[in-house]
Amino acid sequence: MFESLGQKLGKVFTGLRGKGALKEDDVNDAMREIRVALLEADVALPVVKAFIETVKTKAIGQEVIASVTPAQQVVKIVHDALVEMLGSETAELKFTAPPSVYLMVGLQGSGKTTSTAKIARMLSEKQRKKVLMASLDVYRPAAQEQLRQLGAQTDIATLPILAGQKPAEITKRALEAGCLEGFDVVILDTAGRLAIDEEMMAEVALVRDLAKPVETLLVADAMTGQDAVNVAKAFEDKVGLSGIILTRVDGDARGGAALSMKSVTGKPVKFLGTGEKSDALEPFHPDRIAGRILGMGDVVSLVEKAIETVDQNEAEEMARKFQKGQFDFNDLLMQMRQMQKMGGVQSLVKMLPGLGEMASKLDEAGVDDKIIKRQEAIILSMTPQERSKPEILNASRKRRIAEGCGMTVQDVNKLYKQLQQMQTVMKRMKKMGMGKMAGMMQGLMNDKDKEIMAERMQAQGFKGLPGNGGDFLGANPFLKKK
Amino acid sequence: MFWRKDKKQDSQAAPVGVIEPVAEKHPEPSLPPREGDRPGETWLSRLGMGLSKSSTKLGQGIADLLTKRKLDQETLDGLEELLITADLGPQTAARVIADFSQDRFGKDLDDNEIKAALSESIARILEPVAVPLAFDRRDEGPFVVLVCGVNGAGKTTTIGKIAHNLQCEGKRVAIAAGDTFRAAAVEQLKVWAERTGSVFLAKDAGSDAAAVAFEAYEAAKRQGVDVLLVDTAGRLHNKSNLMAELQKVIRVLKKHNDNLPHATLLVLDSTTGQNAHAQVETFRDMVNVTGLVVTKLDGSAKGGVVIGLADRFALPIHLIGVGEGIEDLQPFKARDFSDSLVGLQR
Repeated sequence: MFESLGQKLGKVFTGLRGKGALKEDDVNDAMREIRVALLEADVALPVVKAFIETVKTKAIGQEVIASVTPAQQVVKIVHDALVEMLGSETAELKFTAPPSVYLMVGLQGSGKTTSTAKIARMLSEKQRKKVLMASLDVYRPAAQEQLRQLGAQTDIATLPILAGQKPAEITKRALEAGCLEGFDVVILDTAGRLAIDEEMMAEVALVRDLAKPVETLLVADAMTGQDAVNVAKAFEDKVGLSGIILTRVDGDARGGAALSMKSVTGKPVKFLGTGEKSDALEPFHPDRIAGRILGMGDVVSLVEKAIETVDQNEAEEMARKFQKGQFDFNDLLMQMRQMQKMGGVQSLVKMLPGLGEMASKLDEAGVDDKIIKRQEAIILSMTPQERSKPEILNASRKRRIAEGCGMTVQDVNKLYKQLQQMQTVMKRMKKMGMGKMAGMMQGLMNDKDKEIMAERMQAQGFKGLPGNGGDFLGANPFLKKK
Repeated sequence: MFWRKDKKQDSQAAPVGVIEPVAEKHPEPSLPPREGDRPGETWLSRLGMGLSKSSTKLGQGIADLLTKRKLDQETLDGLEELLITADLGPQTAARVIADFSQDRFGKDLDDNEIKAALSESIARILEPVAVPLAFDRRDEGPFVVLVCGVNGAGKTTTIGKIAHNLQCEGKRVAIAAGDTFRAAAVEQLKVWAERTGSVFLAKDAGSDAAAVAFEAYEAAKRQGVDVLLVDTAGRLHNKSNLMAELQKVIRVLKKHNDNLPHATLLVLDSTTGQNAHAQVETFRDMVNVTGLVVTKLDGSAKGGVVIGLADRFALPIHLIGVGEGIEDLQPFKARDFSDSLVGLQR
């Protein structure tokens, strides 16, 4: 979602690139652009002003370090300021003696109920917590029913619905059930309310006093505009927050709201909602997001995702084949499927450094995951023999395959050619040896990427770096893990 | 295929696979018919209430800026920033200020004159898009309205309110539950259908939304309904598969009649910032949106993004949502909106 802002800043810094020193005029130009970009990204005006001031004073008059361009220097300053603003480390959920009570608050339609189910599922699956969900939304039609259904879908307990109960009564019942039935966590999902609605804010304050939550999470839409500061401030003042969940991050909103709310409440963004399904919840890593804002890509997320989704044995098998220079349609198919497991071409491209702009070009060109689906269909229309021995493909086989998958012979040819190209690359790699691979990778990246990536990787505890003879590529599904 | 047509307790569950003719529906007796003189006042006061925070803030801001007598660059910069905080976005704010300062720069103006002039500049942009939607039959079938938008914008609530308004006008309304994805979306809409005495047409959760719309039209037409409101699941505009699903709903509706749907409404949350531009652009391009409904204007959000939208897309803004109550849906009026935005009381 932050790529668009990254693109804008990218343009600013292209202008700065190639100049020898950080002059005040250059910095002012850049800051004007950054101001507009941040405002268009829905960062609240006061926050923008404060941010610009910080960055400006830091940037002007800085000595130009040899071997670094002014652009890189400004990028670094802006990046650091963004990280600082977003919070300096990952915020984990807190627990008390069971049951830990979590209170979910926010405006109407911000995604509280969905987020409730996501957090419950994450706690129960990844941390083995016994979770109870209770909806205090007695206003919106079928809101309680919605949580009940989500609970049934994800196998999370929900408090039985008793018609006619007030939020305070439901809270008491939830706490009682939480104690008696040995739940680790009780999540209270409240009704959406406007921050200026005194009565409703008093109601949620009453619930807070009853439940004494260890986490009070403000659920806010990543698309929120300037009002984000008012909303966050009102909830912080009247209810008291422990953190923020930013939803609909899978949209293309630039998410300035995250910066606004963090800076006005001082409370960390703890999670990002990244889809409609109940597992689409990601922890918030400020340093990664700052990197994404700057269009530097999100390499760490990519690596983690790869590790999570790629079957280790499959990867090793693939690596062996790679080294031998063998690569057939079976491998291509496996590779495509792994790619899709990782979220498809689009999301992969977006996470890679320097490719932020390419993602939008891919969009424009209509390149999407459908192409992969089609290529998959072509391979699936082949016999096992054809898949493992691509060279036996002749005109009549190709025709049969094309008919089988509803594509043309040209499409089949294209895919075959692609495979041959990959085989060639692999053979070359085999000659070069693995050590030189890293060098090749390094050649593909510019200095800026390397610098940022190096920093990122170190921060995340990755020892190896491309160029340091390390094993960054170990996370690559197609290479052997050492 | 389980079609439900619940409304009154005495109605029987429809047998499997059959769409039952539905008994004459009337608005619930508990809902008083709308008095003719309500809208003007209510609309203003409600919007006034909703925007009061922003109004006072903007109004106060304008007062603070006027320590000097003459309208100078500093004052203009301040005004521009005030507009930015109302979500107009940097570009639109700059344009409004440029328009406003023409002929006024360097002149003596008091607080109220500035407000009035600023409101005037904004109203000029909004006036062309303040177009009410006439829910009148255009052919032998019902007037079909497709309601779409991103998740949590307020589609279902808006449908409930539209249904109420139409029932009060004496129209017969049917509501089709096209959100077959989100948990309890069908149940939520059903409650609204019951409240408003509308015919409720639905299939099981997980069914094809296009099939729901297609069959709902048949049922609504057979039952002589005046207006068919088709709900859809919330979808982010950048999800091409979900947008394709919405296109399919329209494609399938057109099999009945090429003019369907007669209106496609995009529901926009007024708390949304500049992303509203991307939403409107994509929904317009993909599903040919014919008009907007702006919701949640009773909050502290100013909804200033609609000014930029009006300028750029010129799509009609038909209705605004100003509360959770069944009557809190009002026609959009440019002057009232702009007055409230700058905190001007006339």
